[in-house]
Amino acid sequence: MQSFVGVGVFRGRVIGPVHHMPPSLAEPPAGASLESSTTPETAADALKAAGASVKAMLLERAGRAEGAGKEVLEATALMATDPMLIKAAIKLVKAGTSPERAIWEAGDSVAQMLTDLGGYMAERSHDVLDVRSRIVAVLRGVPAPEIPDSAEPFILVADDLAPADTATLDPAKVIALVTAGGGPQSHTAIIARSLGLPAVVAAAGVSEIAEGAMVFVDGSTGAVSTEPGDSEHSAVAVWQEKASLLSVFDGEGQLSDGTLIPLLANVGGAKDAQEAAAAKAQGVGLLRTEFCFLGNSSEPSHEDQVAAYKGVFEAFPGKKVVVRTLDAGADKPLPFLTDSSEPNPALGVRGYRTDITSPGVLARQLAAIADAASQTRALVWVMAPMISTPAEAADFSAMCSAAGLATSGVMVEVPSAALTARHILDHVDFASLGTNDLTQYAMAADRQLGPLAALNDPWQPAVLALIQATVEGAIAQAKHSPSLEVAAPKPVGVCGESAADPALAVVLAGLGVSSLSMTPRALPAVAAVLRTVTREAATALAYRAVSASSAAEARELVRAGLPDLAELGL
Amino acid sequence: MIERTATIASTVGLHARPASIFAEAAGELAAEVTIARAGDPIEDAVDADSMLALMSLGMEFGEAVVLRSDDDSVGAALDSLVSILETNHDA
Repeated sequence: MQSFVGVGVFRGRVIGPVHHMPPSLAEPPAGASLESSTTPETAADALKAAGASVKAMLLERAGRAEGAGKEVLEATALMATDPMLIKAAIKLVKAGTSPERAIWEAGDSVAQMLTDLGGYMAERSHDVLDVRSRIVAVLRGVPAPEIPDSAEPFILVADDLAPADTATLDPAKVIALVTAGGGPQSHTAIIARSLGLPAVVAAAGVSEIAEGAMVFVDGSTGAVSTEPGDSEHSAVAVWQEKASLLSVFDGEGQLSDGTLIPLLANVGGAKDAQEAAAAKAQGVGLLRTEFCFLGNSSEPSHEDQVAAYKGVFEAFPGKKVVVRTLDAGADKPLPFLTDSSEPNPALGVRGYRTDITSPGVLARQLAAIADAASQTRALVWVMAPMISTPAEAADFSAMCSAAGLATSGVMVEVPSAALTARHILDHVDFASLGTNDLTQYAMAADRQLGPLAALNDPWQPAVLALIQATVEGAIAQAKHSPSLEVAAPKPVGVCGESAADPALAVVLAGLGVSSLSMTPRALPAVAAVLRTVTREAATALAYRAVSASSAAEARELVRAGLPDLAELGL
Repeated sequence: MIERTATIASTVGLHARPASIFAEAAGELAAEVTIARAGDPIEDAVDADSMLALMSLGMEFGEAVVLRSDDDSVGAALDSLVSILETNHDA
């Protein structure tokens, strides 16, 4: 067994046969002249024939390609017989230069001319040089310097890869990349990351591996070895199991001890909802209703609203769908509701507050939601955005009851709501933490301002403390409930971006959050990481994060306590 | 000698794709056709059937070019080449 160690640049473990990238073509020596046995006319014909065969080969490949790739190949094919290139080469041949050297020099001068034009034309110079290499390869009767074609999947071993190789690299055929040269920022590394291929670079000696030999590649550790045995095969099997966890969600969010943490989806319309259902989201934790208002100059009709909400509800029969009432204002202005001349829109009349200035819109929206809910089987909950006080929560709850909506709640985005959650939950049935706005208000940092990105970090311990305060408020509310029975705390979920960060999801679960809602894409990774911790371990990590002195420290402490994150490559 | 003037309609200019479409059409003609930037001396004209030569002109959208042929009988063919240049192949 031969072993090599390089730098792993993209995770993954595979075993497969090696195919080497053919060596790049050596430059025909300067001054190489026509063999005495060949006439210039024969040589010129050979050159034209080589150009024609390269053109045919590229056109054949274009026939199998699609879209932009097809057009690029068609244009490149034409270059192989281009009169400017071929005439210049034939002129050199007639002056006594060998055909290989002639096309080499002609290609150089055309490429130089394109490079001098700069911009887009300069990029096409690579295509000219590629065509030139192919013509030289045909003249020499050697394989073109390109990724080998193979019926079975293989591990590509090269000195280094060029950006142009990406176009012909078929990720269905190439299962890993190993290069003798290059570094973590090399083209090979960039190609590997963009295609999601396990890759090891700077693995000295790999060019000596026999063509077709079976090798084991570990893109995390940088290990490459021949004659893989039982331990390598089992390492591949373990990886495949983990990788499959990251590609699909089985539809049940839970911790390793069986504590259930339902994982829901954030959606903004019927199409999103169908995709979320296909991704096995356990419901909708946030339906943004702006979709049926934005772009309208006036309020949509009852019928239009009912149809829009039904489209979402129908994707989740028997499942929870949490509808957020219209959240206009600040970054989502609406001409008929919000005042664009406000000096400070994030602190202005937005969300639930628009009911002060435009009464009626919210009541009509609740009526439409109730109507849509009555026609479908989804379990519809409604919540108001931008609630700041228990009195607002009480008013909203009353409006929901009047509309016939049984389950009402509030978004916790304003720090005052987090700090008074106990009293707010006296009036409503649940709370959902909108961590994006909660972060912006806790840190007094506009979420749309790039320079404030470090402040706008949901790992900020102050934000985590507000989440903790909200959950504790729900526990206190249950404890002091006038009911004689000991009631369970009312649910407190999270529907901000933070729920999509697997490490932060563990912290949220540890703080006692009852459900997480996120973009459906994030479901598999969050579910996989939650299953690596017990409730107890999550709680311990959450308390370390809340007690940290900075966002960076909180993140580091938690990541250090979740070794599986790195193992999963997250 | 006959001449035609055309304005480049492809929004990205005479890049690889529009140049290849034009060069292929020019290559199919029996007569030799040259192309030059309008106003450039006739000696700077290049072969119309070479996409690389066309690209070397670096023609941008909206610029005018002159097509020339020594064969006075190919007026209709020149007109068809003009229409290729005046079509936006990036649309």
